[in-house]
Amino acid sequence: MAGLGQATVTLLRPSNRRAANLETIPLSPTPAILSASYALSHAPDLVRYGSKPVREIGRDPSLLPRIAGSLRPWDEVVAYPPNQVFIGNLAPEDLASIPRPWYENRIDSASPSGAFGRMVSQPALYGLMKLCDDFDLLAIDGELAEQAGFDLVDFDHRRGRITGVDPAELRTLAEESAGLDLHHDGRMAGFIRTVHDQDEALTASVLLENLAGKATAVLAFSDLLRNSGIGAGEIDYLLNCGEEAVGDRYQRGGGSLSKAVGEVVGCVNATGSDIKAFCSAPVHALIAAGAMVAAGVHKYVVVLGGGSQAKLGMKFGAHLRNGVPVMEDCLASMAFLVGPAGGHGMELRLDLAGKHPIGAGSSPKAVYEALVVEPLVRAGLGMTDIDKYAVEMHNPEITEPGGSGDVPRMNYRTLAAMAVLRREIGRGDIDRFVAERGMPGFAPTQGHIPAGVPYLGHALEAMRRGSLDRAMIVAKGSLFLGRMTQLVDGVSFIVERPAVARRTG
Amino acid sequence: MDLNGRRVVAIGERDGVTGPSLKLLAESAGADVVFSVTQCFV
Amino acid sequence: MDLEDQANVNRLAETSGTDGMVVLLGQPDANSAGLFAETVTRGDPTWAGPLAGVPLGLPVYHVLEPEIKEQMDGDLYDEHVGLMELSADVEEIIKWVAVYRD
Repeated sequence: MAGLGQATVTLLRPSNRRAANLETIPLSPTPAILSASYALSHAPDLVRYGSKPVREIGRDPSLLPRIAGSLRPWDEVVAYPPNQVFIGNLAPEDLASIPRPWYENRIDSASPSGAFGRMVSQPALYGLMKLCDDFDLLAIDGELAEQAGFDLVDFDHRRGRITGVDPAELRTLAEESAGLDLHHDGRMAGFIRTVHDQDEALTASVLLENLAGKATAVLAFSDLLRNSGIGAGEIDYLLNCGEEAVGDRYQRGGGSLSKAVGEVVGCVNATGSDIKAFCSAPVHALIAAGAMVAAGVHKYVVVLGGGSQAKLGMKFGAHLRNGVPVMEDCLASMAFLVGPAGGHGMELRLDLAGKHPIGAGSSPKAVYEALVVEPLVRAGLGMTDIDKYAVEMHNPEITEPGGSGDVPRMNYRTLAAMAVLRREIGRGDIDRFVAERGMPGFAPTQGHIPAGVPYLGHALEAMRRGSLDRAMIVAKGSLFLGRMTQLVDGVSFIVERPAVARRTG
Repeated sequence: MDLNGRRVVAIGERDGVTGPSLKLLAESAGADVVFSVTQCFV
Repeated sequence: MDLEDQANVNRLAETSGTDGMVVLLGQPDANSAGLFAETVTRGDPTWAGPLAGVPLGLPVYHVLEPEIKEQMDGDLYDEHVGLMELSADVEEIIKWVAVYRD
């Protein structure tokens, strides 16, 4: 891996590298999103341990075979059109022209490798968890280890950690320890142990969530380094924006995954911290990353987020009732490189960051006025000066069977209604506004993943082609879910093609 | 349905009208809001 | 509907009765509004929560319904519901809530 090679060099001469970085940072660099990377890790046998399935199966064990019978095989997951959009093989606009249901209108000869992302199969996911496991939490059988190693050739530096035990040993381990059996291909193929029987934060189910989050973030992050051509040792700071609660019983959720992930990919010169803000955390983190770059604190900052094990199979009940596949079958992850613009990437207009202040009120009008209108007014722009809005990009095919509707479509219609109230468009133009400035939802329902940022890869490509000038990323978070406030949260930012940014900045 | 004097259970949604908003509105109609909640599906 | 909220509604109905009680909804989508209306009238259609098989038969209205709107403060209504009035499929939402109410 190229990045690791550079990291090793840096390790030998850390002070030189640091000095070189400082010399090249201009006083107030314009921050830009330079690269984006996404990954989907197929996890059919982890669906049973999603928060909703595990509770429901506990009540009614007959659900387990029904869920298993409704899960999709790997080739269907690869060929699923929204997944192809997520990894960059299809544009969101292409998805709009594919008839629903998308799970039936699959893409023939689809590839798991995309322009800015990839999908990996379940053995590779187990392998990634194994190579991220620094505390012997996880054991897998030899057959699975062999398969996993085969799928992870690009993780050569840690591949030696993907070791297996024989099935008898695995069974003994499971019988004698507290933990969770893990499955693959119809057999018990692994086991994750509870570390401490009196620490709820270190039970096998919590550790599985955290290890899955770490492993999938490693996948997206290592691809980010490879695709952007930057060395791991050049990264200065990491901001994890995932929702997993890392810690022990004294500070449940107070810990961090950033350095844990950075260590695996070889970011020896980086430190990091986690930003927690429910679904809106990635947008908070990207603004913070941009600010660090602009202030000259750090040159290169990576924002990363792993997958949400707890949300696998979240809507399985509605999927079973409606006779559709159980589609929450992948852990999604992502990583973004933020650094000085220098004519590359998308310029991050920090001067036009939007926020939903505590005193703003939580009506949709108040939220969108704060998040969307206020920054635009500040820039002397109107709502139609934004070419594309990226709101919460949940795949409607996952949410509609449960009666939750088409989340992005509702958000786009609300934005259009806002433009009507502002007399920028007429009432009859709402559909056109939505079609032109919106897009269909294509992201898995993985918590922080869908919050506007799945579009950044597409935006980068479109700006490089010159077909997109300006986009606004809008994220909302449901703070009330934690029962500490009735408030909602939200943040937004605008990205621009460098030439456009110079004209309007 | 006259809301005045009624006991109202308000079930809102984050992307629609939230629980606290429904509470304010129902109270403006003279109702007694005994329970309000905001749902989030995603 | 969230299982904890089903439990709360059920408890309210059990402890203080359903007389004089009204459910007010704020969903932006007809399917979703219909699902909530069904839950508080006929019982939880997903058979997952405490209201499964519990037909509370509560009167249920959506905040978009004209007879509800006219009782509320106009300025507050514009602030909190105005945008949804423009963006949502109002007729469809009202229709589906009425299906379960009547």
